[in-house]
This record gives sequence, structure tokens and C-alpha cells, in this order.
Amino acid sequence: MDPATLTRSLLYLDGINVTFDGYKALRGLSLTLEPGEMRAIIGPNGAGKTTMMDVITGKTRPDEGDVYFRGSHDLTQLDEASIAQLGIGRKFQKPTVFESHTVEDNILLALKAPRKAIATLFGSPAEDQQARIDRILETVRLTDHRNRYAADLSHGQKQWLEIGMLLAQDPKLLLVDEPVAGMTDSETIQTALLLKAIAKNHSIIVVEHDMDFVRELGVKVTVLHEGSVLAEGPIDAVSADPRVVEVYLGR
Amino acid sequence: MSPLLARVDGRARIAIIVLIAVAILVPVLALATPPRSAFHMPPYLVALFGKYLCFALLAGALDLVWGYCGILSLGHGAFFALGGYAMGMYLMRQIGTRGVYADPILPDFMVFLNYKALPYTWWGFNHFPYALLMVVLVPGLLAFAFGWLAFRSRVTGVYLSIITQAMTYALLLAFFRNDMGFGGNNGLTDFKDILGFNVQSDATRASLFAITAIILAATLLIAQLIVTSKFGKVLIAIRDAESRTRFIGYRVENYKLAVFTLSAVLAGIAGALYVPQVGIINPSEFAPTNSIEAVIWVAIGGRGTLVGAALGAVLVNWGKTYFTGALPEYWLFALGLLFILVTLFLPQGIVGVISRRRTIPGKDVEEGKVDSADVPAPAR
Repeated sequence: MDPATLTRSLLYLDGINVTFDGYKALRGLSLTLEPGEMRAIIGPNGAGKTTMMDVITGKTRPDEGDVYFRGSHDLTQLDEASIAQLGIGRKFQKPTVFESHTVEDNILLALKAPRKAIATLFGSPAEDQQARIDRILETVRLTDHRNRYAADLSHGQKQWLEIGMLLAQDPKLLLVDEPVAGMTDSETIQTALLLKAIAKNHSIIVVEHDMDFVRELGVKVTVLHEGSVLAEGPIDAVSADPRVVEVYLGR
Repeated sequence: MSPLLARVDGRARIAIIVLIAVAILVPVLALATPPRSAFHMPPYLVALFGKYLCFALLAGALDLVWGYCGILSLGHGAFFALGGYAMGMYLMRQIGTRGVYADPILPDFMVFLNYKALPYTWWGFNHFPYALLMVVLVPGLLAFAFGWLAFRSRVTGVYLSIITQAMTYALLLAFFRNDMGFGGNNGLTDFKDILGFNVQSDATRASLFAITAIILAATLLIAQLIVTSKFGKVLIAIRDAESRTRFIGYRVENYKLAVFTLSAVLAGIAGALYVPQVGIINPSEFAPTNSIEAVIWVAIGGRGTLVGAALGAVLVNWGKTYFTGALPEYWLFALGLLFILVTLFLPQGIVGVISRRRTIPGKDVEEGKVDSADVPAPAR
């Protein structure tokens, strides 16, 4: 562990090993994210991208290694709900929203507020609640759809709603898994703009397959391969790296 | 209108008004009309409808966990039966010397089985308030302990359904045993008094009916307020996407535990109201089929609608009364067929058809036509 890097970092992963039934999903993965940074993670299927997300959000406990958030919170000791409350939001690969709730209620449920059962049963809503919901709906371009059921939204709209739910949590770090999978070209461009706007005041990790999209984001790229980091740097540098070309880009 | 009352929707209001009306009307028709009158309600009908309302309360309790939180409990009959036993034990202690063996303390079956003293499990049941406490506490604590273990270990879906089924079956076997001290396979019966009133008199029956109707109305009101609160929205969120709910920071297991325990308490109250009206409680109430039947009532009436669940319970049991009289051998086939037809063609149940409003949205639906995408998501 490098103490200086640790204290400076927003997210610090060091020497993570995860094994499922003998299959090594992550082998000594180390990665550091600076506060305010947006990072793209690429890598072929099975490289460990989703497992890495699972480790950060508390879904999977690593066999070995350290995971620290803001230099002091040991994420390996916390459950999903605590990690979410610390300020790490996660967007799933497949859009996952509350289908039988309206768009507005989806945002309402995600809005930063007391999460305990007693509070949701007897508490009264915060005064600025409606204004915060309005602002988020504006950001993710769903103001006109606020009273529709989430189930009735298009695929792309569901993805945005989920991003809106992440924003509503007011997280310090957003983990976004393949945000443009299944999107039309125009939706992809809008999503890139949306993420760039969000990145102005949030740290983001984007996992993505779509190289054009990653290029569009224009941020530092980490290439994962077989559970560890293969290369790191600007997109042009990593895409010129012969090892990266061999395992990923050349296929 | 106060903001709380605004959250009670139209059909819940109708149901509550109807229940209050029958709570007044049925005792009047049963007691204040001459037996020859066309408006007279015979006592057996009062008890029969009282029984239906107890089932309606059980169905409402089940709908709270299954319809709103996606927990398909196939063991809610156990909580109902435990509440029933607690009430039955009170009623047994009221018999006193009027039993066959005329023992002032021990119920007949204990004398018959050579008990020398009252088992500690029976202590205090001669006091009505203590019995009421147990009606709430025993199902509540069992549900809390069961839920604590199951939800923390993240047992969901069919696995959870199977262990709830195992729970009620284990209790069935336990209560069948004479040495459990709860009357073995005969259960508890031959009740005489409740709070000093003859449990078989017309006036007591009419009162029990009215009390049941009022409690059902109150439960529907409170349940409606719960499901429309932010807490209720979280329950629906858990039903729709459990992991999403977790990753936005809610402790899903605590929510499930809270609603499961509340639901078990309501089921226990339903059982306690049921026993004095039918006059018996025995281990067959723990039978897994009872719990499954309750699920069918909810599905037929309309899952996730509360009022629909209660309506489903009344209608299906009405049908059962008719069928088991007219064509007894076909009842189970009819029930099975009904369940299949409702699942296929009326996924929102009866209430979903009546209101023609989508309680569980899917694709946009044409007026009066429900397409297959509207099938409720399988319980998780």
C-alpha cells in the first residue's frame, strides 16, 4: 500500500483477487482514481470489469486486496446499502428502474434522504425535494415524461432515468456499466454529452465496449485483461499499444 | 381534505364504506327482524359471512407482502392458525367446570391425557388481554425470527416460498402431537363463553361479525396508507428491482422484515377472529394447501390492490361453499381451473378488470383489452 497515493485518491484498489469456483475473475487488480476524474474502463468479455464494479459496490467480497474510498473507508467491510450511502452510485449494464413507478417516483426514491424504514414510513418530505427532482429530470431530459410509468419508457430513456437516479443520490463517484449498449447513434451522442456534463462535478468510472464512445469521452483509459490492468493512458496511446491490440482491438 | 385521506383511493373508500355498512346492517337484520321476515338473516349466514371476512383479512395481509413487496409466502396459514390457537386457548380456559370432566383448570383433553398441572404455555390464557397479546406476539415473533434469518441470508423467490411452506408443514406436524399440549389432532373446541357472552348466541355472533368487519375496514385503511407512503414505494421498488433498491442505499432486508412481520400479525388477528366464529381450531389449519388457497384468493381478486385480495377471498369462499355443497368432488378442479384462467386472462384479477386501470404497468394497454405484456412480474 502506498500511503501518499491512498490519501490523495478518491478510490483506491490494490492487489484485488477474486476467485469464483476456481476461476480467477480478478488477479491482483490495482487502480487509483483521483477526485473529480472521469475514467473509462475497457477490456474484452471476461476481463473482470463487472466483477470490479461488484467489489467496489460491496456485492462481492474480494479474497485478497484493499479497497478504500476517500482514503479512509474500507469498502471490503461494508454492505451495498452502506456503500451507496457513502456516495457511490452504480448503473447496471441492463437498464434497471422501478417499472411500476412513475419516472418522478423513481427519482424520488433515489433522492438523497433518510433511508431507514421508520423515516420512509413516518417522515415528511424535505422542503426542496420537488426542486431537486425537477432539476434532475431536466438534466436527464425526462421532464416531459415525469408522470409516465418507467415500464413505458424506451430503452434509451430508461438508461437516462437510471443515470438520473444515480444523480439523485448525490454520489461522489458514479460507476456506469455500458451506458450506450443498445442505444441508437443519436442517443449515444446525447449520452456522451450527458456524462461529460455530469463529470464536471462528479467522479465517474465508465465501463464501455464502444470504442467510438470512449474516444468521444476523451478521458484516461484503463484496459483490463484477465483480471488485471494491461495498460493505462490516453485512448490514442493505449490503442497503439501492441499488447492491447492483440488482446482486444485486433479481434 | 386532509393529505392522509387523499391517499385512500376510490375502491378502498368504497370497500371501507361497504364494510362499515354491513357491520351495522347485518346485526340489525339478524337480531331486530322477526325470523319470518324476508329481511331476516339466519344465524348460520352471519357466522358464514363472518368467516369470509376473516379470510378477507388474511388475504389482505398476504397481499401486503406478495402484491407489494414480491414475497410469495406459502405459509401465511401458519400465522393465521397461531393467532387462532391463541384465541382458542383463551376460549378453552373459559369453559371451566362445564367440561365433560368438570376440572376447573384443565381443559378436557388434558384430563384425558393425564396432565396433572397446566403446562406453562397455557398460563395466563384465562385473561383476555393476555390472550390478545399472544394473538399479536406469537405470529409476529415467529415471522420476525423467520424473516430475520431468511432475508438476511437473501433467500428470495421460490426458495423463500418453499421454506415458508416447510415452516407451516413443520407446525402442522408439531401441533398434531398430543404431547405438544395443544389438543393434538382434535385441536380446541366446545367453546362456551367469550368475555362472559355465550359464544353461540345470535347476539355474540352478530357482534363478532361486526367487529370483524370494522377491523377489516381499519386494516384496509391503514394498509392503504402504508402502501402509498414512501415506505410503500420502497416495497414496490423491491418487488420490481431488488438489487437496484439495494444499490441506491436501502437496506432491503429491513424493509422485508418489517412488512413480513406486520403481515403475520394481521394474519394472526384474522385467525383470532375466525376461531370463535367457527367454534374450532385444529392442526389442519396449518395445512400447506390452506396457505396456497389464500394465494389463489389474492391472485383472483387482484394482486397488489388490497381491496381486490379481500374481495377475492370472499368470492372464492362463497364459491367454495356453494360448490362443496352442490358438487363436492369438483371443487378443487374448479379452483385450479379458476387460478389458471385468471393467471392467463386476468393477470390483474377481478379488480384489475373492474377498474381497467393498470396497477402493474407494462406496455400501453388498449381500452378494456389486456395484453400478455401486462402479466405481473413473477414474485421475487
